[in-house]
Amino acid sequence: MNSEWFTDFWRYRELLYFLAWRDVKVRYKQAALGASWAVIQPLLTMVIFTLFFGRLARVPSDGIPYPLFSFCALVPWTYFSTTLSQAGNSLVSNSSLITKVYFPRALLPAATVLSGLVDFAMGSTFLALMMIYYRVKPGWSFFLVPFFLGGMILLAFSVSMILAAMNVRYRDVKYALPFLVQIWLFVTPIIYPIAFLTPKMKRFLAFNPMAGFLEGFRSSLFNTGHMDWSLVGTAVIITTILLVIGATYFRRTERSFADIV
Amino acid sequence: MSSRFDENMSQAIAVEKVSKKFVLGALQRDTMLRERLISMLSAPFRRRSALNVLWALRDVSFRVDAGEVVGIIGRNGAGKSTLLKVLSKITYPTSGEVHVSGRIASLLEVGTGFHEELTGRENIYLNGSILGMKHGEVAAKLDSMVEFAGVAQFLDTPIKRYSTGMRLRLGFAVAAHLDPDVLIVDEVLAVGDAGFQRKCLNAMDGLRSGGRTVLFVSHNMAAVENLCSRCIWIDAGKVVMDGAPREVIEAYMNTFANAREAMADLRSVKDRRGSGEIRYTGVEYLNTAGEPLQVVRSGDSLIIRFHYHASKPIPFPSFGFRLYTEFGTLVTDTSTWHHAIDIPLVPPGDGYVDLHIDFLNLLPARYYFSLWITGTASPVHDNIEYCAQLEVELSNVYSSGRMLDSRSGIVFFPQRWKVNEAVLADASGKTEET
Repeated sequence: MNSEWFTDFWRYRELLYFLAWRDVKVRYKQAALGASWAVIQPLLTMVIFTLFFGRLARVPSDGIPYPLFSFCALVPWTYFSTTLSQAGNSLVSNSSLITKVYFPRALLPAATVLSGLVDFAMGSTFLALMMIYYRVKPGWSFFLVPFFLGGMILLAFSVSMILAAMNVRYRDVKYALPFLVQIWLFVTPIIYPIAFLTPKMKRFLAFNPMAGFLEGFRSSLFNTGHMDWSLVGTAVIITTILLVIGATYFRRTERSFADIV
Repeated sequence: MSSRFDENMSQAIAVEKVSKKFVLGALQRDTMLRERLISMLSAPFRRRSALNVLWALRDVSFRVDAGEVVGIIGRNGAGKSTLLKVLSKITYPTSGEVHVSGRIASLLEVGTGFHEELTGRENIYLNGSILGMKHGEVAAKLDSMVEFAGVAQFLDTPIKRYSTGMRLRLGFAVAAHLDPDVLIVDEVLAVGDAGFQRKCLNAMDGLRSGGRTVLFVSHNMAAVENLCSRCIWIDAGKVVMDGAPREVIEAYMNTFANAREAMADLRSVKDRRGSGEIRYTGVEYLNTAGEPLQVVRSGDSLIIRFHYHASKPIPFPSFGFRLYTEFGTLVTDTSTWHHAIDIPLVPPGDGYVDLHIDFLNLLPARYYFSLWITGTASPVHDNIEYCAQLEVELSNVYSSGRMLDSRSGIVFFPQRWKVNEAVLADASGKTEET
C-alpha cells in the first residue's frame, strides 16, 4: 500500500464532507418525520426489547433499569447497523458518480460512516434525557466513551469497505446484508449483559469487536465498575486487522469499479 | 517519476502505448457470488471458458502540449469515451501509461451528482465539490454561476422542479467556472438547445484563449473545426490520424462516403409495438436517380425509401413517421394519411413507399425516425421509436461559402435577403467621403 492512496484521500476531504452532508440533507428532506427517525427507531426497538426480554424473560441488566440498559446499546447499534447497510450499497447507488468523475472511491463508504453520526448524536441526546429521567449519573469513566465510539466508527468503516467493494462485483451481497446485520445483533450484548453468558460463550463472543466496544461503551457511560479490558483489547486488535484487510481489498478492487459497476 | 515525460516542460498530457481491454460476458457471469461459488465448487480446476475480449483502446500514444485544444473524433464505440475516462483516472488502462500534469478537470456529463431533492444552490456546491472545486472557490463564483445559468429566482427550489434545460444550464454553469490546467470534455455540447450550445461553445472558446489545455470529444464537426488547433481521429481503439482539424475531419468524413450505411435495417428490431401484420424492414436514403446516398447534406434533394413486409393483405394502411432531434424535439410528423392518400390494399410480401424531398431544410445534426403504420382493423400495425438515424452533414446551403451548422438551429428556410438599394448606395457614398 503506498502513501498516495492516503494523501489523495486527504486532498479530497472537502468532498468527503460534501458527500456526507448530501446524505444527511437528503435523508431528512425525504422523510416526513425528518430527524425524529433517528430516535424513533431505537426507541421502538427498546420498547419491544423491554417488554419481551426485560419483563417476560427477565434478562438481567447490570443493575440499570432495563429500558435504559438496552437503549444505551441500541443507539450505537442502530448507527452501526444502518451504516453497514447503507455503506454496503454506497458504491452501487453512486454508480453515476463513479463512472463519470475521479475521486478516491473510499470516500463513498466513508461519507456514509460520517453522515450516520448525525443520527447518532440525536439518539445520544435522547439517551441523555433518559439518564436524567432514571437519575443515572455518569461517572469518571465517562471520558472513555469517545474511545469506544471511535472504535465503532473504525469498525464500521472497515467492514463497509469490504461490503461495498464486494457488492460492486457480486450483487447478491445486497441480499446477504440484512441477514448479516440481524445475526450480528444477537451476538452482540445489546439485549443482555456480557456477564449473563457462560465463560465459553464469552470467549466465542470476543471475536465480535462490537461486543467489546458496546460493552465498554455501556460500562463507561454507567460506570458499572466492571470493564472487561481483555474483551476491549481483542476488539481493538480485530478492528485493526479488519481495517487493514478492508483497505487492502478495497484498494485492489477499486480500479475496476468504473468498469463493472 | 519516469524521466521521459519530463523532456518537455510545456507538455500537458502524455499517453504512452495505452491499451484497455474489456472482457465481455464476464460481467453477467460473475455478478452473483452465488453463481461464482457454485461454478467453483462444481468444477474447481476447470479454466473459465474463453470470453469475448474487446480492446477499447489499443496501443494509443500521443502527447499534448500545454495550451493546445485537441478535438477527438470517431464513430460511436471507437474508444473515444474510454480514452477520456483513462485520462481522467476513472478507469485504468490494461497496459501503458498516462501522465497528466497540472490540475485536471473532466466533464464527461453535465451536472454529475446532482440530487433531485437538493436545491439549486446546494447542488452547485455539491457539483462544484465533485468536480474538484474548493468550497471558497464555489462561494466566490456563485453569483457568476447563477447568472450564467439564469436560475436566480429558483436558486432555493429543489431541482426536481427544474426543467431539463434549467438543469443543464445549472450544470454547465458550474463546469464553466472550473479553473483547471487541463480540461477534458465529452460530448456535453451535444445536449441542450442551440442557444445553450452556443453559450457552451463560447465558454469553451474562453478557456482556449485563457491558455488552458482542452481535450474534447464531439460529433459536432463544425465545433471541432472552429475550436481546435488539432484533431485526433480514433477508430477501433487506435489513432487513425492526428493533425490539423480540417484535414482530419475531411478524411474522417470520407469514410462515410465509402461505408455502405445508406440502409438502416429494421428487421431485427425487437422493441416495437403493434399487431405485426405489416412491419417496416428498413429505411434507405437515395438520390433522385434512385442510387443509394452515402452522405445526406443540408439542402439535398433525396428520396427516403421505407421498406416493409406484409404477412397478409392489409387494407387501407397509413405509412408515417415522426422525426426527432437527438434531444427529442419533434421536428415533424407526417404520413400518407396527412396527404389523404388512400391505399386500398397492400398485398402480402415485401414492398416500399417513397418520400420525395426536394430540398432538405434540416441543419446538420443527427435525427431519429419514429416510424409507424396504422390501419383500419387494428389501430397500430407497427411502431418503432427512435429507430433509423438520419445524419445530416454540413453544406453550403446559401451558396455563400458560409456553412451552417447545428448551432444555427434545427431548420433553415429557402430565403432571400433584400437590403434597400438606397441604404447600400448611401453607405457607399459615405465611405467614399471619408
